[in-house]
Amino acid sequence: MSPLTLVLIGIGLFLLAGVLSWALRNHGALAQAAAGVGGVAGALIGLWGAGAALVTRATYDLQLPGSMPGSTLHLGLDSLSAFFLLPVFFGAGVATLYGVSYLKHDQAKRRIGRTWFFYFLLAASMGLVTIARDGLVFLIAWEVMALSPLFLVLFEHERPDSRRAAWIYMVASHLGAACLLVLFLLLSPDQASLDFSTYATSVDARTVSPTLLFALAVLGFGSKAGFVPLHVWLPEAHPAAPSHASALMSGVMIKMGIYGIVRVLALLGTPEESWGWALVAIGASSGILGVVFALAQHDLKRLLAYHSVENIGIITLGLGLGVVGWARGETELMVLGFAGGLLHVINHSLFKSLLFLGAGSVLHSTGTLELEKMGGLSKRMPVTAGTFLVGAAAIVGLPPLNGFISEFLIFMAGVAGVGTQSASVIVSAMVVVASLGLIGGLAGACFVKAHGTVFLGTARSDSAAEAHEVAVGMRFGMMVFAIACVLVGLGGCFVVPLLAAPLTVIVHQDAALILPPLLHAADSLGVALTVFAALFVVLLALFGVRSLLAKKQPAVEVETWGCGYPETTPRVQYTASSFAHPITRDLSSVLRTKESSVDLESLFPKRGHFHSHAPDFVLDLWLTPLFRRVARLAERVRVLQQGTVHLYVLYIALALVFMLMWLR
Amino acid sequence: MSEVLTTLLPSLVSLALALGLALWMLGLLARTKARFAGRAGAPLMQRYRDVFKLLGKGAVYSRTTSAIFKASPIVALATTLVALSMVPLGEVEAAVHFDGDLFVVAGLLALGRFITMLAALDTGSPFEGMGASREAHFGALLEPVFLISLLALARLTGASSLTDMMQALHRMDAASTLPVVVPLVAALGVAYLVENSRMPVDDPTTHLELTMIHEVMILDHCGPDLAFIEYAAALKQWLFAALLVGVVLPIASVPVWASVAVGVAGIAVVTVAVGVVESSMARLRLLNVPGLILGAGAASVVAFLLTGMVH
Repeated sequence: MSPLTLVLIGIGLFLLAGVLSWALRNHGALAQAAAGVGGVAGALIGLWGAGAALVTRATYDLQLPGSMPGSTLHLGLDSLSAFFLLPVFFGAGVATLYGVSYLKHDQAKRRIGRTWFFYFLLAASMGLVTIARDGLVFLIAWEVMALSPLFLVLFEHERPDSRRAAWIYMVASHLGAACLLVLFLLLSPDQASLDFSTYATSVDARTVSPTLLFALAVLGFGSKAGFVPLHVWLPEAHPAAPSHASALMSGVMIKMGIYGIVRVLALLGTPEESWGWALVAIGASSGILGVVFALAQHDLKRLLAYHSVENIGIITLGLGLGVVGWARGETELMVLGFAGGLLHVINHSLFKSLLFLGAGSVLHSTGTLELEKMGGLSKRMPVTAGTFLVGAAAIVGLPPLNGFISEFLIFMAGVAGVGTQSASVIVSAMVVVASLGLIGGLAGACFVKAHGTVFLGTARSDSAAEAHEVAVGMRFGMMVFAIACVLVGLGGCFVVPLLAAPLTVIVHQDAALILPPLLHAADSLGVALTVFAALFVVLLALFGVRSLLAKKQPAVEVETWGCGYPETTPRVQYTASSFAHPITRDLSSVLRTKESSVDLESLFPKRGHFHSHAPDFVLDLWLTPLFRRVARLAERVRVLQQGTVHLYVLYIALALVFMLMWLR
Repeated sequence: MSEVLTTLLPSLVSLALALGLALWMLGLLARTKARFAGRAGAPLMQRYRDVFKLLGKGAVYSRTTSAIFKASPIVALATTLVALSMVPLGEVEAAVHFDGDLFVVAGLLALGRFITMLAALDTGSPFEGMGASREAHFGALLEPVFLISLLALARLTGASSLTDMMQALHRMDAASTLPVVVPLVAALGVAYLVENSRMPVDDPTTHLELTMIHEVMILDHCGPDLAFIEYAAALKQWLFAALLVGVVLPIASVPVWASVAVGVAGIAVVTVAVGVVESSMARLRLLNVPGLILGAGAASVVAFLLTGMVH
């Protein structure tokens, strides 16, 4: 069977699972079973198809007659599509397993049928987006993909913040879709055929400037990917959805924005160098602002959502260097930059899904996502804590996990960049390396804060003290992602050469040209693997030494040293906000954190309190006033709408007269 | 065989010297500071005695802690040790070197710091949380400074492994590289002070927990765990000193065994210099440390930009 057929069967099974679980919504257990079986089967078959397409590096094409005259339904599968299908199927499959277990106690409610329906609709439409080969199919799939999460965000529709989140999400995603509509019309040489094959061949015939097309793509796809300042919907929407759905949205759906940009780059051919600078600037600002906002959060899912903005920034930094290298003809820079960006797409889908599932488990067992109410969960939820730690170390880019591998590629692209002769390339390479370093350091601080306040120390509230480990299905989902993070990290030297296949599709160059820089990086990673093996041996040896020493002098258990003060309570612990305070204070001009407190005064102080909230300044200070102004303008236009038929007849007549004069 | 003798053996010997002499280096630093203060100072070998004494003691663990707390000293020591094997001592090749090894070194050091900070939060102690918070703050700001400095070296020498960079640097005309080396030494010097909790950033000898950074993070570690942490700190200090020696070392073409000796001598010089800095400066207020790191960042960018002038 052709890989494309397998992928289509996978997508079909997703749809079937969604429809079935909706139809069986009155029988909770059956709906759950349909979702579980359909989701896993679809994922396995789809992964098989995508994997086969990546291995053969061939292109598969399917044209079906469309319903409208002269239109065809054009689908295709090349290495680039197959590459982006991997996170779609893997993420959706594993998150389904987790979700079946996660929704078990909601089984009696009818809303789980609806949740599964839109969950699978989202997964299937993402699959369709990657294999669409004409503008119409793409836009329809895109719109389905954009709308189905809306209903997932509205899972708890009785909550006002869920409705607000859904509203912001819908506005953001439709503003993006508007740009895409224009983009696909302008891409077409004669505005008649929307088939991708005509886009690619019409580079010279095109009248529109390619830079305009690129800008439209960045705006349209960037609002989905979450580029700052188009990211405002992410921290609202992702926390509102059920956790397996947030994993799919944050882990996979935002990558479709990256897919779109990469696909448009492939269609446009050799880029301008300035596009690369634009991507580097967007990547640096998204990456740094994303992590800075994350540091100021004390809701676990909001924090993770801001880290998605950060990681999209890292991916974009890689793509930016790739575009600069492509425009300049610097092969090594181009290959390593694109390879790092693309691999980070996969890596982020693994660790971010893992972290969202971990947040879901925490929510499931404590009933809260508020960091300041947690603590000490690692003793009661060892599997969740352990897998969350793997995800945290991976997202920070620590060796030997997968995040390190993709960041290593981008760093090496930076080194390749400073080795060139062009000043602009050298400066952009330095900006990339410096921002990546800063992002890594701040992300480290943020995940020490998150993991430390949630899982370590002692419980700060009763609900955290009574937490329990989650069910087997949920643990299994998290463990699969954690193992994948470790495997990609250790197997970096084997994974990196595989990136040649999607790269050839993007830059239309021979694999023989693309492979050497990848193999060189893989060689380095091979040596690094032996270094990690040595690290493991040293760890074991030191552990042995300490165990031997402990035999002579057994360890004693006591209370934490409180500098001689014995009466201690969990409230003396450092909180998440106080941990991040030195950094957020430095950046208070950017963050504009609102703080309100009642200080302790006099010798016998009464209760004091402290409250801080970090609003998203892009939303509150830029976009909200902007939209308010637009709404005020729109009010004025309302004069035209009087609701009297006579007036509308007049409008029609005027329009006709105008048209006749204009088209004369 | 002869190749092994001329390249691998000196690398292994210099690694062994690092493992053996790192504690001596701390003794030298303490002696320098003591002399400045008008005291005789502890014996140079005092740090060895301290570490051996700790190894013989039993561990005491807080009931609050989990596996991370017990793992952190081992991980911190192992990552530093393995990172050290990739850092050349002046002209001598590192035991392991490959293109891009600097990012693995930076990654391993970050891993050690990450788990040390987590272990601090694991105790639930407010003091240790405070230390971890400060460490996270300064560590995050320092990360780009360190990377830009090494990137400047990469651009100057056209190499992408620490060993190749240092060797190529030593083959260049010292007078022409001076405009790069001076700001680079400033940036890496600040990195040395911050990463190793030296004055004016952190005072390793203070007695007040509220003012500490590194020491307060490890307040609950004792016995063999504390020995591991102390040893890891010494190795990390050696690592940064070795980087500084590599950048400022003026000679290249001496026999390989002589360059091992020159490297160790260089470490001693750097250590005494740090002792002088520590003795002659008051500690900065914590609020002013980010300014110092930003200054180092500016120096590293200047170094990077000036590499364009050298050719």
